[in-house]
Amino acid sequence: MSHIKAFVAGQAAQEYLGYPWELGEDWKERTLFKMGDLLKKYRSLRVYMDACVHCGACTDKCHYFLGTADPNNMPVARQELMRKVYRRYFTLPGKIAPWLVGAEDLTRETLDQWFNYYHQCSECRRCSVYCPYGIDTAEITMAGREILNYAGYGQKYSNEILGKVQKIGNNLGLPGPALEDTLAGLEEDIEADIGVPVKLPLDVKGAEILLVTPSADFFSEPHVESLIGYAKVFHAAGASWTLSSHASEAGNFGLFNGNYETMRRVAMRIRDAALELGVKRIIVGECGHAWRVAYSFWNTLTGIGFDGKDPFSIELQQQLDHRYPQPMHICEYTWDLIQQGRLQFDKSANDHRVITFHDSCNVARGSRMGDEPGGQFTIPRNIIKAVANNFHDMAAETIGEGTFCCGGGGGVLTDDLIEVRVKGALPRMNAYNAVAQENGVNFLALICAICKAQFTKVLPYYGFDMGQVGGVHQLVSTAIKLD
Amino acid sequence: MNSLTLFYIGLFYVATLILIAGLAYRIYEYSRTPAPLKIPTTPAPTTNAGVAYRMAREVVLFESLFKSNKWIWVFGWLFHVGLLLVLLRHIRYFQEPVWFWVNIIQPFGKYASLAMVAGLLGLWARRFLVDRVRYISTPSDHLILALLVGIGASGMMMTFVSHTDIVALKAFMLGLMTFDFQPLPTDGPLLVHLTLVALLMIIFPISKLLHAPGIFFSPSRNQADNPREHRHIASWAAALERDKA
Ligand code: SF4
Ligand code: SF4
Repeated sequence: MSHIKAFVAGQAAQEYLGYPWELGEDWKERTLFKMGDLLKKYRSLRVYMDACVHCGACTDKCHYFLGTADPNNMPVARQELMRKVYRRYFTLPGKIAPWLVGAEDLTRETLDQWFNYYHQCSECRRCSVYCPYGIDTAEITMAGREILNYAGYGQKYSNEILGKVQKIGNNLGLPGPALEDTLAGLEEDIEADIGVPVKLPLDVKGAEILLVTPSADFFSEPHVESLIGYAKVFHAAGASWTLSSHASEAGNFGLFNGNYETMRRVAMRIRDAALELGVKRIIVGECGHAWRVAYSFWNTLTGIGFDGKDPFSIELQQQLDHRYPQPMHICEYTWDLIQQGRLQFDKSANDHRVITFHDSCNVARGSRMGDEPGGQFTIPRNIIKAVANNFHDMAAETIGEGTFCCGGGGGVLTDDLIEVRVKGALPRMNAYNAVAQENGVNFLALICAICKAQFTKVLPYYGFDMGQVGGVHQLVSTAIKLD
Repeated sequence: MNSLTLFYIGLFYVATLILIAGLAYRIYEYSRTPAPLKIPTTPAPTTNAGVAYRMAREVVLFESLFKSNKWIWVFGWLFHVGLLLVLLRHIRYFQEPVWFWVNIIQPFGKYASLAMVAGLLGLWARRFLVDRVRYISTPSDHLILALLVGIGASGMMMTFVSHTDIVALKAFMLGLMTFDFQPLPTDGPLLVHLTLVALLMIIFPISKLLHAPGIFFSPSRNQADNPREHRHIASWAAALERDKA
């Protein structure tokens, strides 16, 4: 797959993020400098560069390798693209006897390989589950992309989005007034549809709950169906909630480049909105990498969470309601209400659907829901079973912690990489096809905006109708009884 | 004291020094490098006790490897458990009197060497027979296997074929430890065995053998999954807050 290359970021996108926009004379020094810098800052990179024994346990675990058969898409080979440079310049044996340990000089060709193959990794971490040392190729991919950025060789798709989210407020570049119009239009549609005045409030000061959700939820299909679902749940619970035009995006593409400062800046918008609106709770909509950043990193990056002893985090933590986890996933919220018996459903409204659930990588392997390990697997399934009658899981080794990526995560969701996306979806499509044939499954339920966008695009390549894709809260929306 | 004995005395002091100082330096480096973000691979334990239990299962049972590939698991586990028993058996050359349990495992230790070498040969065969594994193998991967097989084979020679003068060897080893130097027996298998062991000790801190300390520092395995409950912040990251909060 070395013929496939993502578009390279242009001047404006690179400069906005503080990187050069082309490889200058000193690209080699910059590359090695950044690598040394990251080796000092990230224990993961430092240890993972040394610890691999080339056992091969991860070689057949990556969906891109399974779909493309390109040996460089084996996780260990992907790591090795960086490791051979690490060995050459940062280790003794690589300096004395490079041929012996697989160390190689850094060349322009190496950099091109990095660009190709670090953008053929969706940072899904499936390989890390199966490595005896937990070596997480995603950490190496992130470092690779960050080094490329620093050398002036960024990826157009991710870096332009990182500009938009900071300049306009969301990944899709949807300005505030357009958002207001969209929400008003949706309220009308819902009322026309079910005769209940379900609200989608924006920028309400003093609301109890701030909902942050991927901006695709505001106008992409099928994403918007889930947004309607969240609104109906809040309505049924009688909750006081709001969206924020300042923080109208939960997705954080800073994760994909592994740049801590960028990720922090993007996350800070949500802290600012929470402080400005004075909310007591923060709830995150259906988005995989948004939830990983929220659950795992918000406390670190922005102080949204508990147990901060420093003035920075105390400021926000005093405002948040400590009876609830902060932040909370919309599925945790809905499941909690279901358990309390506060939501009523007509399950038969979903009877035209035979549903299976796709565990999104960042939720499955990078975050959690509820109090128990593995809650991220049980809670969404419990919700589906509470609102629908027909549910079948896909094969055990393709779900849960071993779930296959949709093929479009981690900054790969761009049309210039469509061939990678289609091939990378193969393992998931095989598992889906099996339950479609055997159990008549006709609906793939998701809790990730990227999975939704990827599958609607890719399903037709595998002979399925794109309407078979939708959110968990779309199912909730179909079955919930409101008055 | 003949020159051969002197050479091996020097070799073992140098090898021991490199092994200990090298490993200590690596471990110091790993522990000093911050882990700025919480990245456990879930479903991960939410408590430190849970993390210790997970790590113990990884180190003792190779749990993740078991999930990924049964052949690598069988060979890898045979090799490591064999090696462990063999190493424990060797304690008897370094102490007088010998702990009772070291005596108890003697007979098992002997056969453990067979398991050890069988595991190594299985792992080595995979490097030739499985395309994917051949693709990722470097010359050093083969050489380390050769080294370990050499150590195992020369050791087994002394156990099963031509016995070495154990009493004299033990006197030599105890002498090394108390600076009261004794002559080294000069039979071939023993000299090969000792040389290869010293070589292994020397390359340990600069080779992939670092996976042994490395696993304990792997953030995806050694962190508790509790980021909402506890704020986790590295010192270089905390500085960002002071600068531009
Ligand atoms: S993180 Fe996912 S996409 Fe990347 S190498 Fe591992 S399995 Fe493949
Ligand atoms: S499973 Fe881990 S140790 Fe084995 S080859 Fe892959 S990354 Fe290396």
